[in-house]
Amino acid sequence: MLRIRAFETAAIRAADEKLVLGAIHPSVGQEAVAAGVCAPLRRDDLLLSTHRGHGHTLAKGADAAAMMRELFGRDGGNCGGKGGSMHIADFSVGMLGANGVVGANINIAAGAAHGVKLRGGDQVVVCIFGDGAMNRGPFLEGLNWAASFKLPVLFVCEDNGWAATTSTRAVTGGPGPAARAEALGIATAAVDGNDVLAVEEAAQALVESLRSGGGPRLLHARTYRLLGHTSVDKAAYRPAGQAEARWADDPIRRATDLLLGAGVAQNVLDADAAAATAEMTAAFEDAKAAPWPPVSAAYDDVQDIGAVAAPAGL
Amino acid sequence: MARLSYREAGRLAIAEAMRADPTVWCLGEDLGRGGVFGQYAGLEAEFGPDRICSTPISESAIMGAAVGAAMAGTRPIVEMRFADFALCAVDELVNQAAKARYMFGGQSKVPLTVREPMGMWRSSAAQHSQSLEAWYTHIPGLVVIAPATPEDNYALLKAAIRNDDPVVFMEHKNLWDMEGDVADDATAEIGKARIACAGGDCTIVSWSAQVHVAMQAAAELADDGIDAEVIDLRSLWPWDEAAVAASVAKTGRLIVTHEAVGVGGFGGEVVATIAERHFASLRRPPLRLAAPRIPISYAPELENQVRVTARQIVAAVRRLN
Repeated sequence: MLRIRAFETAAIRAADEKLVLGAIHPSVGQEAVAAGVCAPLRRDDLLLSTHRGHGHTLAKGADAAAMMRELFGRDGGNCGGKGGSMHIADFSVGMLGANGVVGANINIAAGAAHGVKLRGGDQVVVCIFGDGAMNRGPFLEGLNWAASFKLPVLFVCEDNGWAATTSTRAVTGGPGPAARAEALGIATAAVDGNDVLAVEEAAQALVESLRSGGGPRLLHARTYRLLGHTSVDKAAYRPAGQAEARWADDPIRRATDLLLGAGVAQNVLDADAAAATAEMTAAFEDAKAAPWPPVSAAYDDVQDIGAVAAPAGL
Repeated sequence: MARLSYREAGRLAIAEAMRADPTVWCLGEDLGRGGVFGQYAGLEAEFGPDRICSTPISESAIMGAAVGAAMAGTRPIVEMRFADFALCAVDELVNQAAKARYMFGGQSKVPLTVREPMGMWRSSAAQHSQSLEAWYTHIPGLVVIAPATPEDNYALLKAAIRNDDPVVFMEHKNLWDMEGDVADDATAEIGKARIACAGGDCTIVSWSAQVHVAMQAAAELADDGIDAEVIDLRSLWPWDEAAVAASVAKTGRLIVTHEAVGVGGFGGEVVATIAERHFASLRRPPLRLAAPRIPISYAPELENQVRVTARQIVAAVRRLN
């Protein structure tokens, strides 16, 4: 969680300094969902994420320096600088991609699980999406698909209350994602998404049931997006005082209090936080100094048949 | 050598690909019962319901699941039932399948083949008749194939399944029953045109069912002593510019005819390319013969308004010659 917070803090600074050029969607305040859900996963388990996916990607085990280079659009980024924040992926740790289209990862996750099942594997697939995604068609189609074929997918609705800049509640019929999933025959669990131990415990139980062939599950994790939709969004549309009040429920503060209560010394926690900050500051400086990708890379990895050639001289 | 229908040829290609590679599987609506056109008949009995997967009517999930399954190490064959219905899955095909390899810096390919039955078959109206092949040629990452004969349906479908790119494979619904000789282990290279009929007086470029209309026109013209060369492009991306250019160098005349709407159709790309790069070969202005920009009707006489007939092609060639 500290590493995710430090990564997001460095990424926001880079966006402010125009070093990260495209939009980024910070997950500050939502770190417990990423850390808790990914804790019980094996390296070869698969994860599909969202446009707000830095935390999920780090928690799945991706290299922070390569991620930072990707955000900067530099050579050595996970995707060679061709994807950026919203298309970050690290297949070496089973992270099959963030997605720039809300809800699009749901069908892909169901299909990845279908592929795993056809090949006789025992991996599970985790699909994290936001509360806004439950109003897109793939939520119905993908959950129904996973239920029909009894696929090992853990759907995680990371509910931060905001669909971009609109209150999700204002544009959503019915009681929410769990009720919709249960209507499709998918068992659900609800958890305080700012309580990292509760998230991990819930995810552990759900992953075990998936691993034993129990069919898909949905975890509804309520959290809060402490910052705006993007790094430049001041979120002035939120009711006065809402975000300020929610800082009291900051998942990192809560985890810190828990550890202090369990007898961990403050200086140990301070050292952890300092190490996370140092790692991400180094990633920032590394990315800033990294070269741009070769321009010829714009023509690479389009397709095997019918790829257009790079202009002469590139 | 076997005498097969266009439908049977496609089915044979799938059966052989599935026998050779256990990661190949098919997903789509009603496949267990053979698919809506019988193009999967008997396959469930041989391969079982896991690999001939009958799905809910969820085009978005069918295509999206295929993307995920392809990234998880399988080679899905996606059945869209009608090219028109594939529009429910455009995000999954265009934003996801076509771009995943590129966006993720080459970490994964997306080897899937999407079968999209296309084109007019009598009185199916505006949502079951369209030819939308040009849309997909516009999308980097996709391969687009539109076979005209049973042998090409067999050979190109096998090539599509073997290929690691997402392939939009558009079979024409009016050709399902067409029979032809299919050589054992026939092969075809994606991107290579077929000279359907050689001639030195005018080049007629087409693909899919319209090739057969062009062949009728060529037969009529031959009676008048005009030798048209009919080129079946077979695939639209990549398309065989060299074959068309070589033909036009010989004939000096170019007509492109297709069943799709002319505006924004792929005929425009062929004509523009020849005009830009091979202008000196042209002795007459090139022509496109395609559908007017109106939806396809139900009533036969109205529907006929969007058909380009052999007679129209013959008249156009005569004007050029």
